[in-house]
Amino acid sequence: MDYSQFLAMKQEIGLLIVFLLVFLYDTFMPKKALNGTSVFTCVVFAIYTALCFCCCMTDTWATTFSGMYATSPAIAAIKNILNVGALIVLIQSCKWANSDEQVVRRGEFYELLLATLFGMYLMISARHFLLFVIGLESASLPLAAMVAFNKNRYESHEASIKYLLTAVFSSAVFMMGLSFVYALAGSLYYTDIYCAISTQPSAMLVLALAFVLAGMGFKLSLVPFHLWTADVYQGAPTVVTSYLSVISKGSAAFALLVMMVQAFGLVYSQVWEWMLYALIILTITVGNLFAMRQRNMKRFLAFSSVSQAGYIMLGIIAMNATGMASLMYYILVYVFSNLAAFGVISAIENNCGKVDMDDYNGLYRTNPRLSVAMMLAMFSLAGIPPFAGFFSKFFIFTGAIQQGSTAIYVLVLIALINTIISLYYYLLVVKAMFINTENGCVIAPFKSACSERLGLWISVAGILLLGIVSCFYNSLLELCQTYGIF
Amino acid sequence: MFSNILIYFVLIPLLMLAGLGISRNVKQIRAVAVVGSTALIALSVYLLVDYLGQRAAGNEAEMLYTGSWSWFTPLNINLSVGVDGISIAMLILSSFILFTGSFASWKIDQPKEFFLWLILLSTGVYGFFISIDIFTMFMFYEVALIPMYLLIGVWGSGKKNYSAMKLTLMLMGGSAFLMLGLIGIYYHSAPAGQPLTWNLLEIAHNNAISTGWQHFLFPMTFVGFGVLGAMFPFHTWSPDGHASAPTAVSMLHAGVLMKLGGYGCFRVSMYLMPEAANDLAWIFLILTGISVVYGAFSACVQTDLKYINAYSSVSHCGLVLFAILMINTTAMTGAIMQMLSHGLMTALFFALIGMIYGRTHTRDIHEMGGMMQILPYLSVCYVIAGFASLGLPGLSGFVAEMTIFVGSFEQGMIDYLGGAGSLRLVFTIIACCSIVITAVYILRVVGKLLLGPVHDDHHRQLTDATWWERLSTATLIICVAAIGCFPNFFEQLIRFTFNPEFFRALAANVPVLN
Repeated sequence: MDYSQFLAMKQEIGLLIVFLLVFLYDTFMPKKALNGTSVFTCVVFAIYTALCFCCCMTDTWATTFSGMYATSPAIAAIKNILNVGALIVLIQSCKWANSDEQVVRRGEFYELLLATLFGMYLMISARHFLLFVIGLESASLPLAAMVAFNKNRYESHEASIKYLLTAVFSSAVFMMGLSFVYALAGSLYYTDIYCAISTQPSAMLVLALAFVLAGMGFKLSLVPFHLWTADVYQGAPTVVTSYLSVISKGSAAFALLVMMVQAFGLVYSQVWEWMLYALIILTITVGNLFAMRQRNMKRFLAFSSVSQAGYIMLGIIAMNATGMASLMYYILVYVFSNLAAFGVISAIENNCGKVDMDDYNGLYRTNPRLSVAMMLAMFSLAGIPPFAGFFSKFFIFTGAIQQGSTAIYVLVLIALINTIISLYYYLLVVKAMFINTENGCVIAPFKSACSERLGLWISVAGILLLGIVSCFYNSLLELCQTYGIF
Repeated sequence: MFSNILIYFVLIPLLMLAGLGISRNVKQIRAVAVVGSTALIALSVYLLVDYLGQRAAGNEAEMLYTGSWSWFTPLNINLSVGVDGISIAMLILSSFILFTGSFASWKIDQPKEFFLWLILLSTGVYGFFISIDIFTMFMFYEVALIPMYLLIGVWGSGKKNYSAMKLTLMLMGGSAFLMLGLIGIYYHSAPAGQPLTWNLLEIAHNNAISTGWQHFLFPMTFVGFGVLGAMFPFHTWSPDGHASAPTAVSMLHAGVLMKLGGYGCFRVSMYLMPEAANDLAWIFLILTGISVVYGAFSACVQTDLKYINAYSSVSHCGLVLFAILMINTTAMTGAIMQMLSHGLMTALFFALIGMIYGRTHTRDIHEMGGMMQILPYLSVCYVIAGFASLGLPGLSGFVAEMTIFVGSFEQGMIDYLGGAGSLRLVFTIIACCSIVITAVYILRVVGKLLLGPVHDDHHRQLTDATWWERLSTATLIICVAAIGCFPNFFEQLIRFTFNPEFFRALAANVPVLN
């Protein structure tokens, strides 16, 4: 066996090393040193993230294990983006993980989180559906455990069961679709499927792709597969919710893009296109309409993230370099914006347990910094310049329209009109914090923990800089243009 | 980058934001606002003088002081700046209104946050007027819109929550159409095989947008900007928004922000897509014609001073878009004059209304009367503003409206005699009626509010304008009178822009009298 092929998997191996280090530290260190587990994890993961930025962006194409696994600069870049998001989640989780209730399970939390990240890596890099399914499962199952992490809270258990059942169900649907694909193509390699599937789709292929899309739709919480989202987001611990809404969603979106281009690219325009158009319109609209009525901040962000998934899908249907770069950039910006919002929510929840939008009334009077961070996050999610969200939305629309058909103009127009609806409910939060100040605020002034502040500062810096400083998007687009879509 | 004078129009507001961030008390905040806005006036006046000097020296370029710095290189998005006479006129307008607006909000609550948002808004405004790259233009446009939400929501009065949300959502709704239009323009900005561009001048020079696409993109952009220009039926945000906004915000919004709409229609929709402008002008002529007359009639029946003025703004801003759609040099000159004139006089109106409201705590004209005896200075100012609004010669309104109607009638006759239908002629005549209606509602307010007996005895204790109020209003009155007395100077400034190059495409379709 040629062991040098493992060298292509630098990022996976690096992540495994981080995982093992955390595991060993948590298992064998004396009890006194265990208080440093959080810091240790964050530092090691930060070093790993930085190393990935230094080493892995310059690589070119590489496939190993007879083509089951592939990596390229674009794939390295999306993994780095996920790393940054996971790092912020790790930092933000410090206070929660060290609370009295969680302290005994602190180590497991970090290990589970790293394990899911590993699964997501595999999903993105897989070029064979078996590897993909392994990645999918190892990304989903530990997450169910993480959702149940608030052991003493009933909602957390309920959310976990809901998540587990939907994950299992969606995997089953997904594999049903795969079995059809296997029957048609006789292979599970993306490249073989690509060649074997004719451009004249049979009814079986349409069914197979519908199943595959449904399976991925559960992961991405696209409408009509979104029903688990709000309950799970509400019940899970806030840090897990933020991880679920950002990292899990981003990786699934990118994996779907890879799958669509590499395995089913030829039949895209006959089969996928209309399915995806319908899904996008439904996802954006339903997500927005439901978000308007939510009073619980976590449910509110759950539906907001449903509609954001629709915008992410717009980057997928572009099927060109601009679209792909915009998708990656969108995920990057979404990571920072959503994590800023969740950072504020979790800071407030950890401090006084309030998660209702009405509790945020007049927050600016008591906690001006947190409310400014929240406002920036909301503006960025709504796509208001000069914050990063504006640029990511603009570019994702630009990428989609490059395709040029009339249908895409209509689709983008619907999406744009939906941004107005989304602006309405994002402004409701701003209104609560800044305008509804008559009755004072139920949240007393408090000083949030160091880790929470650090996480928020990073997120806010991202919101402010990612758009105005153009090099992030420029380098992503150059990457995608140079190396093609993959 | 910093050798280009135009950059400072954005840099100074940004420095002001930084200055506000570090200021500790209300005196420092005021100092930052006054010094910054004075610097902006000085800068824009210097720009005006230098620009005229360059034109006199025979510089025929379409835009002067151009500069371009690449930003999102792979998409060819640049930070491109450049100005012509119209932009300079708008820059001067913005500077004066920001200056007077700062004085009008001398005693505001939470001054730091208020001025932060106000200056952020004006950063967007300045950025919009100096940009010639449609991406940056659009970005600055949206930067200017969003602070309105908090400015109205936090510092407003009346049903402020409703108005703030309505205004923000409607304007952002307009910009949704606009965004689609602009991205569409980008993808058709160059002939096949050449690099696509966001630069206004290059797009106009390429002239590559096919007529079919123009018919789709023109309405998108025109409606997008038209919402901000208070075009019927998208004007409904304007009365509520202006009525609820605090004084300085009403001034800046009606005075400057609504001009963004007219300027955008002119600069993007008309300039880049002349064929569609010519084909589809009739639809928007009807809509803006309705704006002009309907706004004026609505103003006649309102009793809240701010509503009266807001509807009058709908009418006057409608006239701007109406004149632009005439596609005629004279009418377009009038449109730009009207933007200047309306900006100044409506700012003056809102400033005065704010000052009166601050004293009487009511804006209902039935609850006030005889103000001329109590507040002589403010009342005289109000009368002057009213005269400017109804088009008294010697003040700015007369010059603008006269030019517009002469140009429109001219174009109407050309259409009619050339067999192109009588729509323009008919609508010019209809729009002319608005002058009379304007006189009705202005004189009604003057009669009820300023003349006659004192309605409420409590009002007798009121004191007349303070020094900062006098400074604010006097500056505006001087500007209004300057336009009225020296129209030729402003006409010269704008005329340079209407060079043959600018009218290249328009003239290909429409006969233009010179």
